[in-house]
Amino acid sequence: MAGHGTAHLRPADEVLLRVESLVVEFPVGRTGLTVHAVSDVSIDVKPGETLGLVGESGCGKSTTGRAVMQLVRPKGGSVTFDGHDLTQLKGEELRETRPKLQMIFQDPISSLNPRRRIRDIVREGLDIWKIGDDAARNAKVTEVLETVGIDPEAAGPRRPHEFSGGQCQRISIARAVATEPKLIICDEPVSALDVSVQAQILNLLQEMKQRYGLTLIFIAHDLAVVKNVSDRVAVMYLGKICEVSGPDELYAQPAHPYTAALLLAIPVPDPTVRPAERSGVGGEIPSPVAPPSGCRFRTRCLKATDRCAQEEPEIREVRPDHFVACHFPMEPGETLAAPAPTAGNGSHPDI
Amino acid sequence: MSRRRRAVGVERFEPAPLDAPLLEVEDLHTHFRTGRGVARAVDGVSFSLERGRTLGVVGESGSGKTVLARSIMGLLPKSNVERTGSIKFEGREVIGATPDDLRELWGSQISMVFQDPMTSLNPVMKIGKQITEMLLQHLDISKDYARELALSLLESVGIPEADRRLKEYPHQMSGGMRQRIMIAIAIACGPKLLFADEPTTALDVTVQAQILDLLQAQQRERFMAMILVTHDLGVVAGRTDEIAVMYAGRVVEKAPTKVLFSELRHPYTEALLRSIPKLGAPSHTRLAAIGGRPPDIVNPPAGCKFSPRCPYARERCLEEEPPLIDTATPGHEFRCWIPVGTPENREALEANRAAGAPSALAVVGEGNGMGTAAAPSAPTPHTRSGSIDTKGGA
Repeated sequence: MAGHGTAHLRPADEVLLRVESLVVEFPVGRTGLTVHAVSDVSIDVKPGETLGLVGESGCGKSTTGRAVMQLVRPKGGSVTFDGHDLTQLKGEELRETRPKLQMIFQDPISSLNPRRRIRDIVREGLDIWKIGDDAARNAKVTEVLETVGIDPEAAGPRRPHEFSGGQCQRISIARAVATEPKLIICDEPVSALDVSVQAQILNLLQEMKQRYGLTLIFIAHDLAVVKNVSDRVAVMYLGKICEVSGPDELYAQPAHPYTAALLLAIPVPDPTVRPAERSGVGGEIPSPVAPPSGCRFRTRCLKATDRCAQEEPEIREVRPDHFVACHFPMEPGETLAAPAPTAGNGSHPDI
Repeated sequence: MSRRRRAVGVERFEPAPLDAPLLEVEDLHTHFRTGRGVARAVDGVSFSLERGRTLGVVGESGSGKTVLARSIMGLLPKSNVERTGSIKFEGREVIGATPDDLRELWGSQISMVFQDPMTSLNPVMKIGKQITEMLLQHLDISKDYARELALSLLESVGIPEADRRLKEYPHQMSGGMRQRIMIAIAIACGPKLLFADEPTTALDVTVQAQILDLLQAQQRERFMAMILVTHDLGVVAGRTDEIAVMYAGRVVEKAPTKVLFSELRHPYTEALLRSIPKLGAPSHTRLAAIGGRPPDIVNPPAGCKFSPRCPYARERCLEEEPPLIDTATPGHEFRCWIPVGTPENREALEANRAAGAPSALAVVGEGNGMGTAAAPSAPTPHTRSGSIDTKGGA
C-alpha cells in the first residue's frame, strides 16, 4: 500500500478537486516522534462525481478530508480546488473558499449547536456570506429544510436535542447545502445511524446530489455503503492509497489484497454463509508512528514477500480505469486464501 | 468479599436440572415512569434459552432490545421503573432478587459485554487488576493464581504479549483490543449466560469480524449461552441459533436463524433486511429505507405497532393488535395479520399502492419479499423517487 504515485489522477482540467501527494503529520507530544497520518495521497474528483474513501479507523481517511478543507494544514502536497491551490491560501482568501466547500460530520447531534434553533443553524452560512436579502434567506432555509424532509414550520424554532439522530443528520445536510457549495465532504455521515435510518439518509444524499448538482467525497468504513453512493472508490490503508477504481469493478474484482480482505469481513445477512470461513485479514492496523517499511500493508497481507518489505509499490493501472498499488495484485477470479482456522479459541494468533 | 458471604452465596445455588432451559422469560414488562407518561420499553416479552445456545435480538434504536437485556440482568435504575413478569435463571426467579443475590449471579453466572469498551473499562486501573478483581471477587483463589488465570484469559481472547498488556491501561490499546479485554473479563468466571449488547457497533468491519469470531469460539468452547443484541441482521445471520426481532418493546417475529431468513413472515423483518445495502447490487441502487420512525412508546399507535410504517397495513392492522401466531415450523412465531408471502399480503400491497400510501409506494420491485430479501445478490431495480418500478410481479 504503499501506494505512492499519481497514475490514477485524471487531467487537471476535467476535475473539480485534485489532491496531489498530500502529506499530513502530527507531532507526538514532546517525544520527537511523528504520526504519519497521511503519507503521499493523491485523489481527484470530477464535477458531479461521488468519490468514496474507505478504510479502517486510523487509515487517514478523515484526516485527508480535513486536510482538503484545510482544517488541518498539510505538511506537503497540493490541494487544487476550482483552480486555486488551497494550501497556498491564507486568511481572508482561504475563508472565501468556505461556502463552496462544506462538510457533514459523523455524529449529527454533537455537530449541531445545542443552544441554537434549527432555522438559525441552517441560516447561519447565508447570514455570514450575506447571500440574498432577509426574505431570500428565509425562503432558502425553508426550501432546503423541505427538501431534506424536515417540516420548516414545526422544526424551525426547535433545538437539536428535540430531534432523533436521523433527523439531525438531515438538518446537517440542509445546513451544508444552504450556501450552494460545489463540494461536500461527508465524514462517516451514516455510521452512527441504524440500518433503517442509514438507508433513508443515503437515499437523501443521492437526491440532494441530483437536485443541487453536488460533488461529494464520501468517507466511510462500510464498503457496502460506499459502493451504494460512489462513482469512484479509493481504498486507504495507514495513510496511503491502495486501490482506486469504479465501484462495480472494484467490488467484483478487487486487485489489492487489502480490498479483498475488507470485502470478506463484511457481515452478510445470509445464515448459510459461515462467517468463520470469511475472515480475510487478521490483526489490527499498525501504529502510524512507525509504519512498516515498503508496502505498509505487508504485515497483515497474505501475499507479502521480501520485496514488499523493501520496495514501496507504486500506483499503476492493472485494468482499464482500475489502479492499484501492489507488487502482486490479485488476478480476476483469484480469491484470498483464508488463513487456516485456528483450533481452540478461534482467534488469530498474530493479533 | 468475605468468605462467609461467599459461602452463603454458594448455598443459594442449588444444582439446577441440566435439561431445563437455562433462562426462561415469561411475559416480561419493563415500564419507565416518565414526565410524559409510562414508557413501555419492554412490553410482554417471552422466550426461553437452552444451555449453550445463542439468541440474536434485533431491532432499531428504541425497540427495547437493550432494555430487555438490562431487565434480565437486573441493571435498571431503582426508581421509576416497574418490572413485572417472570425471569427464571436456572429455575430461580430473578425479579425481586436482593442485591446480594444479584451480586452472586453477576459475573459468575451471567455476564455482559457492552457496546463501548472505552467507557466500560476503568480508565485509571491497569488491565490486570480489572481482570483479577473479578476473579478474586467470585472465586476462592490466591492473588498469584488469579494473575496466572488473567494471563491465560488474555491469551485465549487473542491478545499478544499478554504479560505486558496486564500492566497497561485501557487508553494504551485500540478499540478492538479493549473489546477483547472486556470479553476476557466477562468470561473470566465461566458464566453460563453472556449478554453481548452491540459488541461490535463501535468497531471497524475487519475488527468486527474478529470479535464476533472470538465471541462465537468462546461461547462454543465454554458451552455458554449467549444473547447477542444488535441492530444489524448481517451480524446475527451466521452466528446465532435463533433470532428474535423486536419492535416497540415486543417480539414481532422469532424463529430459528435459518428459518427466519428463508421464511420470514413479518413485514418489519423484511423491511430491516431490505434496508441493508447489498454488496451484490450495482452502485447507486436506491435503498429500500423504512419510512418514518419507531413509534412513541409512551403513546403507541392502536393496533399493530408497525402499521403506520407498514406497506401492507389494512384497516384491521390499525385497530387490532395481532397476537403471536405460530407457524408450521417449530419455534417460528410472528405478530402479523397479513404476513409476508401470503396472497392476502400481495393484495394488501396492491390495494395500498392503488390508494397511494407512501409506505406501499416505497416498496420497489418484487412485492412479496420472501427469498428475495434474503438473497444478497438479488439485484433491486433502480428507481428514483417518484417513479416506481413495478416489474417483478408485484
